[in-house]
Amino acid sequence: MSALLDVRNLHTEFRTGAGVVRAVDGVSYTVDPGETVAIVGESGSGKSVGAMSILRLIPDPPGRITEGQVLFGGRDLLGLSAEEMREVRGGEIGMVFQEPMTSLNPVLTIGRQITETLEQHRGADRATAERRAVELLGLVGISDAERRLKQYPHQLSGGMRQRIMIAVALTCEPRLIIADEPTTALDVTIQAQILELMTGLTRRLNVALIIITHNLGVVARYAQRVNVMYAGRLVESGPAAEVYHDPRHPYTMALLRSVPRLDRPRQARLDPVEGQPPDLTRLDAGCAFRPRCRFAIAACAAARPPLEEAGARGHLSACFRRDEIGAALAANPAANQAANQAVA
Amino acid sequence: MSVAAVDTRPVRSLDARPLLEVKGLRMHFPISEGVLMRRQIGEVKAVDGVDFSLKRGETLGLVGESGCGKTTTGRCILQLERPTGGEILYDGVDINTLPPAGRRALRRRIQVIFQDPYSSLNPRMKVGDIIGEPIAVHGLVPDATKRVARVRELLSICGLDPNFADRYPHEMSGGQRQRVGIARALALEPEFIVCDEAVSALDVSIQAQVINLLEDLRERFGLTYLFIAHDLSVVRHLCQRVAVMYLGRIVELAACDELFDNPLHPYTRALLGAVPIPDPTVEAGRVFQPVRGEVPSPINPPGGCVFHPRCPVAVDGCKRTRPELRELRPGHWVACSEVS
Repeated sequence: MSALLDVRNLHTEFRTGAGVVRAVDGVSYTVDPGETVAIVGESGSGKSVGAMSILRLIPDPPGRITEGQVLFGGRDLLGLSAEEMREVRGGEIGMVFQEPMTSLNPVLTIGRQITETLEQHRGADRATAERRAVELLGLVGISDAERRLKQYPHQLSGGMRQRIMIAVALTCEPRLIIADEPTTALDVTIQAQILELMTGLTRRLNVALIIITHNLGVVARYAQRVNVMYAGRLVESGPAAEVYHDPRHPYTMALLRSVPRLDRPRQARLDPVEGQPPDLTRLDAGCAFRPRCRFAIAACAAARPPLEEAGARGHLSACFRRDEIGAALAANPAANQAANQAVA
Repeated sequence: MSVAAVDTRPVRSLDARPLLEVKGLRMHFPISEGVLMRRQIGEVKAVDGVDFSLKRGETLGLVGESGCGKTTTGRCILQLERPTGGEILYDGVDINTLPPAGRRALRRRIQVIFQDPYSSLNPRMKVGDIIGEPIAVHGLVPDATKRVARVRELLSICGLDPNFADRYPHEMSGGQRQRVGIARALALEPEFIVCDEAVSALDVSIQAQVINLLEDLRERFGLTYLFIAHDLSVVRHLCQRVAVMYLGRIVELAACDELFDNPLHPYTRALLGAVPIPDPTVEAGRVFQPVRGEVPSPINPPGGCVFHPRCPVAVDGCKRTRPELRELRPGHWVACSEVS
């Protein structure tokens, strides 16, 4: 099966007063048809900029995609004209953003925002578009569709607005949906509803999904594959179970260790990732995680470790010591969890 | 969880009298309409009859979703709102009957750490002035040179380089700023700190650092925390007792381990079920049914039990009678008529 999306060596940079920020610095990954891939990372890791680069939604200036290819169904999106790109956005690729209040148009009715997409992309007439809109609202679990279509975004709750965003994203039967922190602004119970809805629908309609999130729990519940980003680079990538149970990058290990978990006994102290996030204007030639890394050696200062096979098939890590870490973990499976266990 | 997980963290004083007692707290905000002829057309019952108490040295978690009244409860205790009903007794004294001088003295003893370190620090002030200002206002260290030394000490207590006193907030990362917010709260040597979503805005890798700092400070200075948060795993880690709020009321209150191991209220169960565990294997084995519906409006809350429209175990009676908090096991309070 050939990949639906093939991102190759993507570079996006921003020119700021403090210098050039390489927000995305050579990122490559693929997404198969119907697959759910999570991109995990903290603020400034480049996870959102990477996704916006796929859609070419980077404000220029100050931003610019300087290198790479984004092959979607075999076409390089970076080579398309602005006109062609508009066709792709909201057409073959749907989008769901974090804050539905700012990504929906406040002066258009819900109905209009859906029918507009249909008229633009499909050349549908009003009546057909309206019928489809009612159908879509039903699909995302909104009852009383006729009345809702006449309402404006401010009349709806946050969860309801996010359902509308999903309906808009699904309008033109996309092959891929990119969801950037789709539930971060929502409450826990609503977050669960929206994620269930989104993953249920994409599975049923065989739509591939890229979820960008910082929530490791959400990834564990919904993603088949995980890409972990740090300082603009992919540091680890692989099947979710592999990455969680056999992490091969010290950053992933540290992240998993630092979160308190409801399913484990309470521990006396948390084991945080020490230090501060990197300043992207001051990166050197070495590994960006080096100053916070417990496993750093001299080689880490000399060059950036490339993303290479580690352990199981399809599991990649950008760490010089990825095999040693794996061996240590295999010898003592509790090593990464030890700190998480009860010290009661 | 076993007996081994019983809390062994020290509670400083075994003083029988609670440090803080909240009794029947109500905060109803009026909703007005009209431009020339303002008239009240309704009210938002943000907090609608909340009772709890806190011992010296204890950490109580207040959890719930947006709009449940947890922040308003905190603001009433901080005297940032004047409650419309009920009492808040601090060290045995009703804070709303205090004369202005007494209220001011109390403000020194009760401090707050806010959620967003980006908006809660004045961007035009240097970090040293942000922390030094409350010390000067309350006349704790009148001598300016000594005050500078005190500010540097506070920075280092909070794990920051004392030279950060000369920086502006925008020169720091989110985690560092939150440490400044904590140093400011400590500046007045308070006994009691309201932590309102104090770690929610921080990145995962930084969150654990700040949680550890809050625990260290609690131990070092014998602090009492009211920890307001929506992240249940963080609350479980930090708190000795937890109160779950829904639409202005406490629906369940228990010792931390008891609440998480043996949740009784259907809403608490729904909340716990909604939290995804960062482990794909555990998640694959969980049967997950998200709670239906959304939180109703606090302007016109449902009659009877406020959770009944979303509740999986609701019966007819729940629509009519509002269940009171009952002590079903020692120290475990639940406001639900259908559990026993």
